[in-house]
Amino acid sequence: MIRISDIYKYRGHECVINGVNLVIPQGTQVGLIGPGGAGKSLLMKICAGLVRPDSGSVLIDGTEVVGIGDVEMTSVRSKIGMLFQNYALFDFMTVEENIGFPLRQLGGRSEEEIRDEVNRLLLAVDLPNTQKLFPNELSGGMKKRVTFARAVIANPPILFYDDPTAGLDPVTSGKIFALLEERRERGGTTSIVVSHDILGMRDICDSFVLMDHGRIVFSGTREEIEASTRAFVGQFWRGEADD
Amino acid sequence: MQALSPLKLLSRFGAAFMEVAQDVGGMAVLLYKVIRCFFPPKLDGMETWRNLYKVGVKSAPIVVVTAMLTGAIMVIQSGALVAQFDAFGLLGWGAGFATLREVGPIMIGLMFSGRVGANNTAELGTMKVTDQIDALRALAIDPITYLLVPRFIAIVLMMFLLTIVGDLTALVGGAYTGQVLLGVSPSLFASSVIEYIKLEDLFNGLFKAFTFGVAIAVVSSHYGMTTSGGAVGVGRSVNNSVVASAVLIFVLDYFITSILH
Repeated sequence: MIRISDIYKYRGHECVINGVNLVIPQGTQVGLIGPGGAGKSLLMKICAGLVRPDSGSVLIDGTEVVGIGDVEMTSVRSKIGMLFQNYALFDFMTVEENIGFPLRQLGGRSEEEIRDEVNRLLLAVDLPNTQKLFPNELSGGMKKRVTFARAVIANPPILFYDDPTAGLDPVTSGKIFALLEERRERGGTTSIVVSHDILGMRDICDSFVLMDHGRIVFSGTREEIEASTRAFVGQFWRGEADD
Repeated sequence: MQALSPLKLLSRFGAAFMEVAQDVGGMAVLLYKVIRCFFPPKLDGMETWRNLYKVGVKSAPIVVVTAMLTGAIMVIQSGALVAQFDAFGLLGWGAGFATLREVGPIMIGLMFSGRVGANNTAELGTMKVTDQIDALRALAIDPITYLLVPRFIAIVLMMFLLTIVGDLTALVGGAYTGQVLLGVSPSLFASSVIEYIKLEDLFNGLFKAFTFGVAIAVVSSHYGMTTSGGAVGVGRSVNNSVVASAVLIFVLDYFITSILH
């Protein structure tokens, strides 16, 4: 379970995360939606311990993430998988090395076992025969799928997907969302998906959190968000422009 | 142009001072974190070998060329004086003393900061702005242990070893130039080096090389790891790194020379 309490983050004098409170129950997939600059990716990075908030608390499976030391943080992060918006693939490593990297660092597996696991995942994300390619030889969609494979290879109980379909064509976006849905159906993983792609997110999340200007303005299931009478919520969900 | 008010001038001076203080503090903290990783030793073997190869093997040709020409230039500079006083037996000492104690480590240090330091900053800076550093942290891997310690070892060790190679090459270049320009035999050049140059001169230069290596590794890594602002930010960091390394090399050289002289 992830429990976020009273998170504040300032950039200069501007409050970019403004008193966020949120509980994400174990095994659920939450869609974090909102206009650009609402603070979605930043909140996700705070949850992953990559950015330190100015105040507040983030509990991951009961362990406080804010303000803890490197050693404790390493143990928390070993439970987390993250898909970055702009891929963050290691450009000096091949596809095979990138995906197998978390397993190599964890240790306890032979090279052959790691290679088999990488090949299995590459087939799952529909990228056979790309093991020896470098990230700069891949298209945007292929990179996203490699990043997805790297995020899930160690089977982390918590997954953060930061805009997994940004800049992708609808067909590739559909493939990525299908992978996310498949992961959710397997159960046991708590995940947050940040995306602007409302249409793709509708069927793959258990609940939705809408952010605007660093605040949570709505939190609920798909049915609840669809039934909401608040103008901003309805407009954003249906993708309508302001009057 | 409008003159700046004293308050504005003071504010600009304060901002510049804070910026420098932040960089110096950042470098000191980074050096502490890197040194801490050696007790007990924590480093990635593969990454260390990769960096040793990249820094050492790939820098060797340019070090050899630079050092050989440095030795030759030392002989050309001292040649006229040597010929005037018919002091051909001191040519090896004259060229060797300056090269081993001063010119060798400085030339190789500056070349290293331009080639290896700039590359280190650009690589780390690009990793920073493309979230690769965050990706490492998200995978529970400490970027200091995985990325910086291997680079630190490679830069310091290779700076030291390549200075030894450079010193030897500079002496060979000097001996060859002495023979071609002044007719001084390589054996006379070598005996002058052996007779007049003390081990202390060599160690003095090697100590400087070690210190310059530490400075280049820390400065280039600091600017790389604090890069922000995309491609423009990477360019700015590389520029800052090369300038700061060069300045630091001369500052350290001044103090080491004053203390050891």
